[in-house]
Amino acid sequence: MTKSSPSVAAGSHPIVEVKDVSITFPGVKALDRVSFRLLPGEVHALMGENGAGKSTLIKALTGVYEIDSGSILIDGRERHLTGTASAQEAGISTVYQEINLCPNLSVGENVMLGHEVRGWAGIDWRRTHAEARTVLARMELGHLDPRAPLSSLSIAMQQLVAISRAMVTDSKVLILDEPTSSLDANEVEVLFGVVRRLRDQGVAILFISHFLDQVYAIADRITVLRNGQLVGEFLVQDLDRTQLISKMIGKDFESLKALGSTRQKDMRDRSTTPLLAAAGLGRKGAIDPTDVEVHAGEVVGFAGLLGSGRTELARLLAGADKADSGAITVKGEKAGIGSPVAGLAHGIAYSTENRRDDGIVADLSVRENIMLALQARRGWMRRVPAKEVDKLVQTYMQRFGVRPNDPDRPIGLLSGGNQQKVLLGRWLATGPDLLLLDEPTRGIDVGAKADIQETVAELAEGGMGVVFISSELEEVVRLSERIVILKDHRKIGEVVNGPEVSAQSVVSIIAAESEELAEQAAQELASSDSTTTDTTTTDTTNADSASDGRDS
Amino acid sequence: MTASPTVTDAPTPTPKEPEAQESRGAGLARLWQRGQGFLPTLIALALLLGMLIYAQVAYGRVFHAGTMSDLLVGAAPMLILAVGMTIVIISAGIDLSVGAVVAFSSVAGVMIMGTGVNGWLGLLIMVALGALFGLVAGVMVQTFNVQPFIATLAMMFLARGLASMLTTDVVRAPEDSPFGWLATKWKLYDGPKVNDFTVTPGLVIAVLVVVGAVFFMHRTRMGRTVYGIGESAASAQLMGLPVARTRIWIYIMSGACSGLAAVVYTASVQGSARNVTGLGWELDAIAAVVIGGTLLTGGAGYVLGSVIGVMVLQVMRLIITKDGTIDPQYLTIITGAVLLVFVLVQRVLARKGRER
Repeated sequence: MTKSSPSVAAGSHPIVEVKDVSITFPGVKALDRVSFRLLPGEVHALMGENGAGKSTLIKALTGVYEIDSGSILIDGRERHLTGTASAQEAGISTVYQEINLCPNLSVGENVMLGHEVRGWAGIDWRRTHAEARTVLARMELGHLDPRAPLSSLSIAMQQLVAISRAMVTDSKVLILDEPTSSLDANEVEVLFGVVRRLRDQGVAILFISHFLDQVYAIADRITVLRNGQLVGEFLVQDLDRTQLISKMIGKDFESLKALGSTRQKDMRDRSTTPLLAAAGLGRKGAIDPTDVEVHAGEVVGFAGLLGSGRTELARLLAGADKADSGAITVKGEKAGIGSPVAGLAHGIAYSTENRRDDGIVADLSVRENIMLALQARRGWMRRVPAKEVDKLVQTYMQRFGVRPNDPDRPIGLLSGGNQQKVLLGRWLATGPDLLLLDEPTRGIDVGAKADIQETVAELAEGGMGVVFISSELEEVVRLSERIVILKDHRKIGEVVNGPEVSAQSVVSIIAAESEELAEQAAQELASSDSTTTDTTTTDTTNADSASDGRDS
Repeated sequence: MTASPTVTDAPTPTPKEPEAQESRGAGLARLWQRGQGFLPTLIALALLLGMLIYAQVAYGRVFHAGTMSDLLVGAAPMLILAVGMTIVIISAGIDLSVGAVVAFSSVAGVMIMGTGVNGWLGLLIMVALGALFGLVAGVMVQTFNVQPFIATLAMMFLARGLASMLTTDVVRAPEDSPFGWLATKWKLYDGPKVNDFTVTPGLVIAVLVVVGAVFFMHRTRMGRTVYGIGESAASAQLMGLPVARTRIWIYIMSGACSGLAAVVYTASVQGSARNVTGLGWELDAIAAVVIGGTLLTGGAGYVLGSVIGVMVLQVMRLIITKDGTIDPQYLTIITGAVLLVFVLVQRVLARKGRER
């Protein structure tokens, strides 16, 4: 699998060679003896889900993180990188998702900052701008006025200026970290034009993106990481999308196929007023306008890869982010949900995917963490009486079996699984009608995972609507009655769960190259009439199905 | 002030470039787009001229060599402070210690000279003491990640405390100290009666500092790095700019400016020094910098703008003195009002900039 790709000269030496590199953070092995190589004149995609070690590897290559063991060879020489400046000196430049330039300074200066042409009287601005113009022209950006302020350009143009800047130092390696996440299709094409041009000039390009289509459009070679370990290096033509996804999420293709759903057919009557209905809900750069419905007593799974828009959609539903199009109706009534507090007032609770940063307040006790949301909902004027607090805390800690059973212990000292249970308690304490759970089982042990899955099923049985988001598709398939499938910030389909739906069939919908193919795949799945795509959301034809046994 | 067209070298298009062939309208639009950054400074300049004209019309004898030279000579220490402050503020920092450092440096310098140390060496020590305070503040900000506000506040208390420890009385430099020379009046233009245009070596030093700072900020890589740090230190770091080194130098420069301002000020008061010198000067300097169009959020501003800002404050004092009916207490209120107007203008402009 390491044959030279057509665009790579045979026998060319790798410009970057990472050998057995390990990086350990307290408690986490972020990179575990990962080897990786980058050849001149190729576009190499680095793929992996959350926590796979992509950003750690980039940070090792840019000198932000020190490596614990192993070595990094650049152009055959072992290098000890200590920061951006030393990486640049070694010939590695990086362009990040957020544009790290100075908007108040001129375009030309942003390109040249730190490399200005100097004459007898300090910086020679005329020559500096002329040089900037030359560099920009190499990127086919010759039409830009180097003296205009950077802020007068569009984000896409700024991104290209950032790449121009990276090339000022005659870099041999260009790292593009999610460069396209805020660009539209045309802008992506312009960017890719520049990338191909650089590749043809012999620059080695490391491309990181969540957009599968873009990876397949531009990359020559793919390296997949998972859980800090190397899964493999592949030529693009040797690895189809389905294979790539299964490599990323860590289930073998065959085992994915074998893993059928234990879910029984669904027989919910969806003609009633949904608990929550979103029509055309969207936010620029986060998620395209989307229709979603959640009924009472139903578990709706959001399936999609990292960056597909699954979290973004949940955040819009909860009011954590403001939608700029569309509307939400709660129980048939129009609801303006512009903040998490407004979401709570409408009975919508959102448990974040980022437990440590946005979820727990590490220094507060378990008790206080449970009470936070309820107190916020009531307002600070109406304190929850101490007696009630104790009762609630007692109830939830027992119900979920939080260990250790000590409400006064700072939550930061609990294990991930127990933290998650406490957070679940926090949101349930507000008595929500709809619970949005974003990656509730990430990074927790198997026992806690099963507990949480069980709780979700119980809650739905009790009449609560639940939206369940997880990178583990099997989990989504096992729990959900309906699965909303997202890709590239768009909802590409919706599947009503049933015996013939499996993680593999969801993968094939995501992996389908185009929308029509996705629809086709969904149609195939719907051969037993239990499936709909988002164009036909008449889900009421499932009356012939078997019992509603939710398996957890 | 006549130097204002060189406030920045960016906005003057060279005719050789392609845009020369464009229509006049497009050219103007381009000039406008390029030059927006120094609009606040232009507004300050307009205000300054307006105040001068008003003073001339209302009280007379303003556009008058004697008055002008008094204005400039009196402004010299504040000019030097404002230059240092501008550099710090463009880097998105602040230096609250300047007034106290002037006091300490002044008292310490005069006392050192009193022990028989060579006067010129004494002056050098004064500047070095200022730089030392800057170094400590810079290391605190950069290495220990202390907010500039807190770091320089600490330096302010330290410097003021040390000055008070040295003396609470007025101390005087020896008769033959270089302070005497620094305050000499050089007559450049001999007008009728008192209408002479005179400068002092202190003013010359201030002008040299201004010229040096303009060169530094616009013609050296480190100066440009100051702007980069001001826009976003994280970005500057990722762009591979030497953030740590530059940031420490910024505070050293501001400290050295305080030391130099102490030299010039002490000379202007015949070599006497007190521990209460420079109370509130840091705020005057900040006000001058802001009036001159520098954004407190960093990343944008001009040294020459701050020169205009200092002169605005000077002329305001002049008007109040000339008028005679305005209670001097109103000076602070008027200063506050002018400051407020300028910050508002900047806010509006910044918002417009974002909307584009």
